[in-house]
Amino acid sequence: MHLGVSESMRECEYSQISTRSSTPMETPYKKRTPKKRKWEIFPGRNKFYCDGRIMMAKQTGVFYLTLILILVTCGLFFSFDCPFLAQQLTPVIPVIGGVLFLFVLGTLLRTSFSDPGVLPRASPDEAADLERQIDVANGGTGYRPPPRTKEVVINGQTVKLKYCFTCKIFRPPRASHCSLCDNCVERFDHHCPWVGNCVGRRNYRFFYMFILSLSFLTIFIFAFVITHIILSSHQNGFLSALKNSPASVLEVVVCFFSVWSIVGLSGFHTYLISSNQTTNEDIKGSWSSKRGKDNYNPYSYGNIFTNCCAALCGPLPPSLIDRRGFVEADVPQLAPPTNGITIYGSTQSQQSHTSTADMKTLRVVVLASLLLILQLSSQMARGHVSTASPASTIKSSTIKSSTVSPSTIKSSTIKSSTVSHSTASTVKSSTLSASTLSTMTAASTVKSSTVKAVSATAS
Amino acid sequence: MAETHSLQDMRQQAAITAKVFIQRDYSSGTMCQFQTKFPSELENRIDKQQFEETVRALNNMYAEAEKLGSQSYIEGCLACLTAYTVFLCMETHYEKVLKKIAKYIQEQNDKIYAPRGLLLTDPIERGLRVVSYNFVSIQTEQIEHFSVLFFLIRAHSR
Repeated sequence: MHLGVSESMRECEYSQISTRSSTPMETPYKKRTPKKRKWEIFPGRNKFYCDGRIMMAKQTGVFYLTLILILVTCGLFFSFDCPFLAQQLTPVIPVIGGVLFLFVLGTLLRTSFSDPGVLPRASPDEAADLERQIDVANGGTGYRPPPRTKEVVINGQTVKLKYCFTCKIFRPPRASHCSLCDNCVERFDHHCPWVGNCVGRRNYRFFYMFILSLSFLTIFIFAFVITHIILSSHQNGFLSALKNSPASVLEVVVCFFSVWSIVGLSGFHTYLISSNQTTNEDIKGSWSSKRGKDNYNPYSYGNIFTNCCAALCGPLPPSLIDRRGFVEADVPQLAPPTNGITIYGSTQSQQSHTSTADMKTLRVVVLASLLLILQLSSQMARGHVSTASPASTIKSSTIKSSTVSPSTIKSSTIKSSTVSHSTASTVKSSTLSASTLSTMTAASTVKSSTVKAVSATAS
Repeated sequence: MAETHSLQDMRQQAAITAKVFIQRDYSSGTMCQFQTKFPSELENRIDKQQFEETVRALNNMYAEAEKLGSQSYIEGCLACLTAYTVFLCMETHYEKVLKKIAKYIQEQNDKIYAPRGLLLTDPIERGLRVVSYNFVSIQTEQIEHFSVLFFLIRAHSR
């Protein structure tokens, strides 16, 4: 009978340890699986480089084309036209050209590599909570309701917030889901294939700086290459000037076609910034007066200067997706909701929490056993070993039916004994089976013991 | 074994935490603000005033982070001039405020919510979508208490 009890105890213990310590996936010989960073399990269609520091869209071919065009054109300019211009006019020209080129490159890389303001997808418990709220609002009907929208009044204008079925969130105002990157992006402007990334809240200013500086650079190169050809043709004649520097011809062609598109784009975005709109809103005509007399942009600050400052010099919010953070082993389990609260289980989501829980468990066990002793003490007492002297240490002994008082019991098996009035007694590594520990003071500690049917009274 | 099975179930149930989510409030635009409406699930745990005070404090701090003032403009212009390399040395204003918010939440948890069995999570961990209150397992101690008693009685009855 005793053996049966001890076996069940051991089984209990082993199962307790297994639920606390490891996930089902872990194998016994491998203590830890290598920790993954969050970018490795990112659900969107993005590419990550440099261990999560760089983030781009999936299709990056056109970005490389942009980069090559800029590098080649500027390279040709600096090698073929600048020596002539530096000599004939002033060496300041290559310097300004160099500064512009570096600025263009910097802003391009910053636009392409940074997080545009991606909204992380809702965790399963949040998504379920939202679903529950929507069901309650709809009256709990079984059929799938129409696309979910929420209406909000911002600055006097009614704005509809749409529910994103992919990200399982209600999109904030001005956010949009990019179908190419499969992410919701805050203050979504557009997806630019030339920079190989979405343009959103976090990289809009870099994008604007890029196109502005690129338009200056394009005009600069165009102007000075033309100057070079003109000056050179004054000396040698037009055709020989062209023959001497064929690179200039290529540069002129590239710049000529770029100027129209890039300068046009800069002008368009300057207008958007000054009226605080996104490309998305402008194309849809969300705030145009054609929609209605009372239609106005609720996000505009009123004057152009404030709008520009807000877009370009406002605070830069941090990335919400935490690409380089480590994934925590959090395994959510669903339980049926009770009392309107959605309950979700998780194993080892908070490591420190479980260790304090272990301590609490031990304390609870001791208290529980102390309580039961009162009830079971009548069955327990079967004679005593005469009162052992205080501060006696009983080591590695089998004490049957004994009364031990202020003593330390170490590595002993105490069966059917009464341990009473032990103040500050420590019971270490002992198996106490069917024993009575009465009136143990609070200072008593039960360490690493297997307590079998122990009943103890709380002091 | 009946005892082991029930104990294991209770162990797993002990890890379950209930969560209450407080959604964003978009009535002032795209600024990060949270709804101050008191959720019914927290009724018997904390006062309405306490809850509103916490959420309002958080809202104020987020407003401070996103404020367009002279400080943010100076920081923006300086960053632009140095080609944003200045952020290798110093933190942005927003990041500084986020640290302040984390400290405030920690403090609120220690002083007010942990004694009542609640845990306030930092919204930045959830992408600034929600503020969540987790019901910490005060119930689990009771469950374990009773399970141990149950086990002891069973074992003893043999």
